[in-house]
Amino acid sequence: MSVLLIAELSGGALALDATAKALTGAKQLGDVTVLVAGEGTDDAAAEAATLDGVSKVLHADAAIYGHGLAEPLAALVVSLAGDYSHIVAPATAAGKNLAPRVAALLDVMVISDVTGVVDGDTFERPIYAGNAIQTVKSADATKVVTLRTANFDAAPTGGSAPVETIAAADDPALSSFVEDKVQESDRPELTSAKIVVSGGRGVGSEENFALIESLADTLGAAVGASRAAVDSGYAPNDWQVGQTGKVVAPELYIAVGISGAIQHLAGMKDSKVIVAINKDEEAPIFQIADYGLVADLFDAVPALKEAL
Amino acid sequence: MKVIVPVKRVIDYNVKVRVKADGTGVDLANVKMSMNPFDEIAVEEAIRLKEAGVVEEIVAVSIGVKQAQETLRTALAMGADRAILIVATDDVHQDLEPLAVAKLLKAVVDEEAPQMVICGKQAIDNDMNATGQMLSALLGWSQATFASEVKVEGDSAQVTREVDGGLQTISVKLPAVVSVDLRLNEPRYASLPNIMKAKKKPLEEKTPADYGVDVSPRLTVVSTAEPATRSAGVKVADVAELVAKLKDEAGVL
Ligand SMILES: Cc1cc2nc3c(=O)[nH]c(=O)nc-3n(C[C@H](O)[C@H](O)[C@H](O)COP(=O)(O)OP(=O)(O)OC[C@H]3O[C@@H](n4cnc5c(N)ncnc54)[C@H](O)[C@@H]3O)c2cc1C
Repeated sequence: MSVLLIAELSGGALALDATAKALTGAKQLGDVTVLVAGEGTDDAAAEAATLDGVSKVLHADAAIYGHGLAEPLAALVVSLAGDYSHIVAPATAAGKNLAPRVAALLDVMVISDVTGVVDGDTFERPIYAGNAIQTVKSADATKVVTLRTANFDAAPTGGSAPVETIAAADDPALSSFVEDKVQESDRPELTSAKIVVSGGRGVGSEENFALIESLADTLGAAVGASRAAVDSGYAPNDWQVGQTGKVVAPELYIAVGISGAIQHLAGMKDSKVIVAINKDEEAPIFQIADYGLVADLFDAVPALKEAL
Repeated sequence: MKVIVPVKRVIDYNVKVRVKADGTGVDLANVKMSMNPFDEIAVEEAIRLKEAGVVEEIVAVSIGVKQAQETLRTALAMGADRAILIVATDDVHQDLEPLAVAKLLKAVVDEEAPQMVICGKQAIDNDMNATGQMLSALLGWSQATFASEVKVEGDSAQVTREVDGGLQTISVKLPAVVSVDLRLNEPRYASLPNIMKAKKKPLEEKTPADYGVDVSPRLTVVSTAEPATRSAGVKVADVAELVAKLKDEAGVL
């Protein structure tokens, strides 16, 4: 069986972690070809070729692929689809934007957010905010799958696959890029960090959120947030952890001023060690925390930073 | 212009989900059902576009069991003008796949010729995050997923999307499918007079056969299981004990 894995790109660079994790899942399905489609992506294609277990890299470099617009990318993937039994992407915002469109064009059902590969037709995926795990078997000719990166270890580098340049497909010219508002940060990425410190509504304001960020920086951690913290404007949208935000599984997750709604737990309950700091001893977050500290976060967080 | 808003009847987001003992799915008998929260945001956005004079008519569409009538009445009470219910099953436990839903919605769009379909980015039951993208593909339309801002400007819409690195703004040619994220707006509650009025708004009932669409599933559910549970750990007395535990017991610092 042959797999086409869509590489994750960020501003023309290879998003190594997401791509390498999805590769681990893709390898369980067959021989993997990686598609790098973007603009100014020579380095990204070369880097993808070093991932261990990649047979070939297909490289399509064109302005129309520069910003991840779904329509031209889907047209490209569909033009290549005939050669593959599986089309796989990481379940990132880009992958979720693209994969269902590809699946519908191929008249197959997409299998989203897969957490486990049982065999070439059979996949595990969470439903109801992770309150149930469903195993589904696909009867479609081509399987279009997105893989939840938190559930797969990153494939190592050390390979040297050939890179084949391919032409761009026809541009449907339905949408155009206007602008990106991306925050540059020296912190580790939320979905690949070993430690994540997240703040919730209890943090109280955007100014107070600096407390969470400073604890994170002391720990070399990424910063996360609950939906309530994002909705209230304390933290940017891309920090949201949960059912509808990012799914993380770090070694250590510290939840500060977060009550522990199921929609939040859906994004972090696979973390290895969970710490909760909350002043309400009845907060549901304590039911899943390995270490719970009932305290006012405005005392506990500075003290914790001090003690490290 | 005309807008279609698909709405799904799902388990209420506050309800504790239980897996059925026989592993065939989640128990939905006698549990509270509501409109999918993302779809409420989609309905609200359509109403705001109507209030702004951009949209003339809002058609809410639901596909599923007959009881989805209630979901459509909610959409009508919020401000949709009329509704179409496609009764595709009489078993609440049978969830129609996004591909089938997208095909039915395409058939509705072919009849109604809207300029925009505004839908929720995912349903909180199957968490597939797929119907909008699939519909857009089948129609050959542009797509703007995970919207946190929508501005209609002539024959295009400028949509800001929530993406992994932050926000991305794109411009999509109309007609388009827009899928909405949580921060687009805060949906209104229907007032009592509007709930009364909604009872008189037109609600048309159809079946997949009326549209000639095959809705048979492509995926078979092999099993449904409870996720691995985590049990509560210990409460620590203070920060010093927490740090000691993280260093010595958990070994994560
Ligand atoms: C469709 C849908 C999708 C959703 N998706 C997500 C998602 O992806 N991610 C997500 O997080 N949520 C999501 N939610 C929202 C979720 O249901 C909760 O509303 C949200 O997680 C609550 O955030 P919170 O815990 O920060 O706030 P709250 O529930 O208000 O909790 C605040 C906590 O802070 C504590 N606190 C207050 N002050 C202090 C203090 N000084 N010191 C210590 N503790 C303090 C309080 O005791 C309380 O426990 C979703 C909801 C819906 C309907």
